[in-house]
Amino acid sequence: MKITDDSPPVLSALDRPNSYIGRSVPRPNLQRLTQGRGLYVSDVTLPRMAHVAFVRSPHAHARIKSIKADKAKKAPGVIAVVTGAELAKVMTPWVGVLTHLKGLKSAPQHALAVERACWQGEAVCAVVARTRAQAEDACELVDVAYEPLPAVTDPETALDKKTPVIQPELGDNLCFERKLEVGEPDKAFAAADEVVETTFMFGRHTGVTTEPRAVVADWNEGEQRLTVYHGTQAPHMMQNLFAKHLDLEEQQVRVITKDVGGSFGIKVHTYADEMATVALSKMLKRPVKFVADRIESFVTDIHARDHRIKAKIGVNRDGTIAAFEIDDLTGIGPYSVYPRTSGIEANQIVNLVGGPYTTPNYRAAARVVFQNKNVMCQYRAVGHPIAVAVTEGLVELAAARIGMDPLELRRRNLFPDDGYPAQSAVGLKFEALSHHESLAHLDSMMNYAGLRAEQTRLREKRIYRGIGFASFIEVTNPSAAFYGVGGAKITSQDGATLKLDAQGNISVHTGVTEQGQGAEAVMAQCAATAFGVPMDRVRVVTGDTDNTPYGGGTWASRAAGIGGEAAWQAGKALRANVLAVAASILQAKPEDLDIRNGAVVDAASGNERLPLAELARVAYFRPDTLPAGVQAELMATRHYVPRAWPFAFTNGIQASYLEVDTDTGFVKLLKHWCVEDCGTIINPQLVDEQIRGGIVQGIGAALFEHCLYDDRGQLTNGNMADYLVPMAAEMPDIECGHVVSPTADSELGAKGAGEAGTAGAPACVMNAINDALRPLGAQPLTDMPFTPGKILQALGKV
Amino acid sequence: MDTAMDIKLTVNGEPVAEHVDARTTLVDFLREGLGLTGSHVGCEHGVCGACTVRVDGEIVRGCLMLAVQCDGATVETIEGLSDSGEVADLQAAFEQRNALQCGYCTPGMIAAAQDLLVQAKKNKTVPTRDAIREHLSGNYCRCTGYHAIVDAVEAVAQARAGGK
Repeated sequence: MKITDDSPPVLSALDRPNSYIGRSVPRPNLQRLTQGRGLYVSDVTLPRMAHVAFVRSPHAHARIKSIKADKAKKAPGVIAVVTGAELAKVMTPWVGVLTHLKGLKSAPQHALAVERACWQGEAVCAVVARTRAQAEDACELVDVAYEPLPAVTDPETALDKKTPVIQPELGDNLCFERKLEVGEPDKAFAAADEVVETTFMFGRHTGVTTEPRAVVADWNEGEQRLTVYHGTQAPHMMQNLFAKHLDLEEQQVRVITKDVGGSFGIKVHTYADEMATVALSKMLKRPVKFVADRIESFVTDIHARDHRIKAKIGVNRDGTIAAFEIDDLTGIGPYSVYPRTSGIEANQIVNLVGGPYTTPNYRAAARVVFQNKNVMCQYRAVGHPIAVAVTEGLVELAAARIGMDPLELRRRNLFPDDGYPAQSAVGLKFEALSHHESLAHLDSMMNYAGLRAEQTRLREKRIYRGIGFASFIEVTNPSAAFYGVGGAKITSQDGATLKLDAQGNISVHTGVTEQGQGAEAVMAQCAATAFGVPMDRVRVVTGDTDNTPYGGGTWASRAAGIGGEAAWQAGKALRANVLAVAASILQAKPEDLDIRNGAVVDAASGNERLPLAELARVAYFRPDTLPAGVQAELMATRHYVPRAWPFAFTNGIQASYLEVDTDTGFVKLLKHWCVEDCGTIINPQLVDEQIRGGIVQGIGAALFEHCLYDDRGQLTNGNMADYLVPMAAEMPDIECGHVVSPTADSELGAKGAGEAGTAGAPACVMNAINDALRPLGAQPLTDMPFTPGKILQALGKV
Repeated sequence: MDTAMDIKLTVNGEPVAEHVDARTTLVDFLREGLGLTGSHVGCEHGVCGACTVRVDGEIVRGCLMLAVQCDGATVETIEGLSDSGEVADLQAAFEQRNALQCGYCTPGMIAAAQDLLVQAKKNKTVPTRDAIREHLSGNYCRCTGYHAIVDAVEAVAQARAGGK
């Protein structure tokens, strides 16, 4: 039985009695979910609640000539039929730009399309009824007259003069452009022994959260207050946006986020239909519920990763990488998504290509263009899977060209473990990474030499197996450098409030949110350890803007590293407060006392002096017995934001072992490994499960997932029968290993681990497929996803 | 035209008599009609398995069966399977192994796993990891990557077979 395999390594220096740092303690909130007793937004029902369904544009680009709603208004159960122009009187439009992405531009976007629909699936009219079924029935009766307009679908021609401009007020279809040159790339390429050049294609894909997006908005006209039950990653960000676009004060808006059926970056953006639902609640003065169905999800949940990258690597025969060059083109739909923008992905790619290597010469160009397809924005590992696939794809092609082992080529170029702090060619600042130790760990964990021998042996039997690697860096624990400096009201700090109750138990209120990654467990671990109580005496409260400190939520691998540190500091602060009260009750010095296992003890001997329940009883019910001037403060709040480094970079390396059936083109994944370094590991099991889940998400991108559009901008596979996702039978077992280089920016030293798996897996699988097919003379595959058809094509069989 | 019908069935051991629209799916009926929100709606076309429930001893997709088809049937949802204690060991293994993250797929996943283990007991076999993966391959999980789920089900399979 494997359950004990994730048990803790040696305890860390942070250990105290009741130490849970570094331990695989189970999450405290799981029984609710295994018993089906969670509360997802889809489950929420309120008195007088109505349901909204949307009439969506069947055209990628069309003028809305008229909307006739008479029949729909008379349909059974219908409460209101609302057009974009009508809703625009309640809710103002938004523009998705950030000032630090210079030149990034976008057009105002409305909650419901006004005059023009710009992608297939954009909501043009809302129907509110007593039940969802009645609302959908009435949608069929809304008569929208469209005048189809030319659809811009191909990013390659989006900037051509003869291509129509989607948003005329912007002047062209260019959303954002960035150019970068460091070192002397031309000279380096000219002098390099070999130059390998290819084009990488990445299939536009999406998050496919198991629970689709969901929102219940409840405007209380009597209270003049809006409560939004929202499956979101960032409740405070949404509170700000709901208030801003409904012209309310933030204190008039409460966002509640309980259980969320998967997020992965899908649920951290502003969605027009969700904004419309909130506006409809205000307009109709009653609760309104919207749950996207799966077909709606495919055409409206943000897509990501639709990039074409021409890329080049210069390498010398001694294995030195001389230079990298990329030219990225990406189409992001008709609007830059609000408020995080759709420029970040390309910007990240420019920043991250070549990231693990000391190579000083680099040239990059990225263009982000508008098109009449669903919007693209940040999805788990934002830019990393692409940058890593380009970099690592080039590295392995270069290794094959010069006949060097791919791990050896990496050893000769990775940043040295003893050379930190360091800075990449682009200027990324690395505090402490462990590329070489991670690589060595992976090498032995997977028995690389043994696998190579097996691979050679099997090739004689015409069994084609491949081994592929991907070294990577990952951006985690972002400071204000990500969004705050660009003017977005997205906080990078986070807070935790700890409170001792009248029975001596503690509650932790935190600004980070639980998306299933285990944030509540991590907060409880940090608070229990710092304060000194068993974990079963800690209750964690998340996801409620009325009841948690102002915080950023969960994205960019920030919850454990930033929220965990806030909980740790709040735990220490509450401990000091409690010991001050204990000292006055016991007539002792605070420094001679400690809190262990839920009781105040003598620090030196460990002997119990006062149970916390007794201290709480005195402080709350008999404060009259405390000495004059002693006021117990049994609640403490601390906030934390990284200051010394703009981001806490992590690093790691993955490997994939697979077999390609050269007759059918099918890929069988045999095993996957990952060694990563996320600094201090608060909960090894949770870290490993983030890695494993992330890897499988990355495998989906490599082998299956692709939003297929035709040239009219119609999504042709927008359902789960046609859009393939990884299922249990095709996935391999995944082995995880760790190297620990804590960040000195926080006491805990934890960095993020949420995206490393997704960052590296597509590159690994690509490299393994190419490794398997190389002896057959196949053209290297660089066009994701690698479907059986593409593999057979590369083999020249079709 | 009245398209509603009267149905009588047993849900989690309790007799239920309701008047339901003929087009109402079983999972919508359970969630909206009976308030049994443990069964989840993921894709509404039979692919993701989040709505998996047991009808007359067989696991079915709650989105591909109509409520009216369940007239006279015995339906068991995660709420019933939990309260009877039938899947307590699976639930404990999922919790201990962190075989769930967001938990949205979990009720369906546990129902599908229990189905495999019941079959295995009948056939006096212990399912291998491959057999577990195969049997769960109609239940979509986006969070875990499946490895932990396979671990948890494997552990319970062995424990029930007496391996402990």
